[in-house]
Amino acid sequence: GAGSPHANDCPGTTSEQAGKSSSCAGCPNQKICASGATKAPDPAIAEIGEKLSTVKHKILVLSGKGGVGKSTFSAHLAHTLASDSTKEVALLDVDICGPSIPRIMGLEGEQVHQSGSGWSPVYVDDNLAVMSIGFLLSSPDDAVIWRGPKKNGMIKQFLRDVDWGDLDYLIVDTPPGTSDEHLSIVQYLSSTHVDGAVIITTPQEVSLQDVRKEIRFCQKVKLPIIGVVENMSGFVCPSCKNTSQIFPPTSGGAERMCADLDLPLLGKVPLDPRIARSCDEGKSFINEVPDSPAAKVYQSIVQSE
Amino acid sequence: MEANNDGSMSQVRHVVLVLSGKGGVGKSTITTELALALRHAGKKIGILDVDLCGPSIPRMLSIGRPDVHQCDSGWVPVYTDAAKTLALMSIGFLLEDPDEAVVWRGPKKTAMIGQFVSDVAWGELDVLLVDTPPGTSDEHLAVLENLKKHSRVDGAILVTTPQAVSTGDVRREITFCKKTGIRILGIVENMSGFVCPHCSECSNIFSKGGGEELAKLTGSIFLGAVPLDPLLSTSIEEGKDFIQSFPDSATFSAISSISQTLLESLQTA
Repeated sequence: GAGSPHANDCPGTTSEQAGKSSSCAGCPNQKICASGATKAPDPAIAEIGEKLSTVKHKILVLSGKGGVGKSTFSAHLAHTLASDSTKEVALLDVDICGPSIPRIMGLEGEQVHQSGSGWSPVYVDDNLAVMSIGFLLSSPDDAVIWRGPKKNGMIKQFLRDVDWGDLDYLIVDTPPGTSDEHLSIVQYLSSTHVDGAVIITTPQEVSLQDVRKEIRFCQKVKLPIIGVVENMSGFVCPSCKNTSQIFPPTSGGAERMCADLDLPLLGKVPLDPRIARSCDEGKSFINEVPDSPAAKVYQSIVQSE
Repeated sequence: MEANNDGSMSQVRHVVLVLSGKGGVGKSTITTELALALRHAGKKIGILDVDLCGPSIPRMLSIGRPDVHQCDSGWVPVYTDAAKTLALMSIGFLLEDPDEAVVWRGPKKTAMIGQFVSDVAWGELDVLLVDTPPGTSDEHLAVLENLKKHSRVDGAILVTTPQAVSTGDVRREITFCKKTGIRILGIVENMSGFVCPHCSECSNIFSKGGGEELAKLTGSIFLGAVPLDPLLSTSIEEGKDFIQSFPDSATFSAISSISQTLLESLQTA
């Protein structure tokens, strides 16, 4: 009927269909898009392409579902890659509303500085740099209540205006969902080569349901998928050593989904209370408890990429 | 703020937002369990699921993908039972393909939510629970603006897990509430410890105490803690009524006590 909204994609403000597609009906920006005002390609895309042309590897960490361990994974991937002191590694946090990376990397309270060559990221080690909106907030209570366009502007700045230097690896941590942040990061990186995405999930169908959508998103925007990581995959009681499936894989977990969709399952990381503790304390779990089963799975995942 | 009693929300007595800021803490689970608990207490409940990217509630209530219809007063919500004690409206119902991603930018999400909130024929409800996605962005502003136009928003429940990484985001959500004038009805700490079913040892998998500390720090009420319970996770996965299946569990008594406190604060407002 006239009032029935169909869940089609926004064609994008710069597409041929902007303002003209059937899915544009009802969108407050329809007139602006249809007028052609938004069609000129954003010059930032070419600038970012130029700026990041020396970055050898770019990896996006995505999920669709919240709270599955994207930031935890991104942080530990960054730490592990940077343990080779000959490699330059950077971690970019584009979760504008819920920036967890500063805390997980032990950088709470740090601020960024601007210089002639742009913003300087915050360095954890000589070869490990981090950027997050968290560094632009003056208080832990500050809320970033921004609508889509403003979030997109921030992401553009992070990619174009940060003085990363020559990098071997740029890892991008994302918020849950399939929205502005995800479209923007893909759009702004469209003139560069992106190795692909690592998709994080937990075993339950409630997670996989959202993760399948993220996978569809990747396919739609032609983002290669490096593989899937299943977090919170069982819990071994430290006392009696029995395993409990706290987040049960009622529909076969990531294993079945990967088999169905022909995607590599990079690893299954068990629950370990020490992971949460390390993240809260800003330490690398892989350094703190290298012999734990979870740390070993992480190591093997990271090495295999 | 004057309510615009124009039909769709005029018989809804209380509106409660379920917020977090952090993803994956159990907003949808807690929304579902509170709805079931309040229904068991004899109330008529509605759930509005405005998580456009990841609508989880239909599965949690075993509702699947029904056809949704419109009547004169708007979209007819989907009822979980013939007695119409629990109603649900979710974007999930409008998707032709459940695996299809809703890849919308802010303005379109805002427009969709506007339609949702103003065009659902809820009828008579004691409490409308509004489940939200993580963050402090378009969806949250849209829900709030639209709800305020049509009804009073009694307040929000904030869900967190014990760790600092979670409470760190929830602090920002509390600021959002303060800035937008939403009363904070209280904080729920989810995933609060795991009791091993084999040996009863309690493991604090996601750390400990953060919810209570956050409540103290921000001057909010601590509504209670809900433990990690594989029986609850399985119930949610399979769309079963946990309250009916496990009435003697510690998890049930935690949820029940939270729902009681919530009802009391709504009624004394």
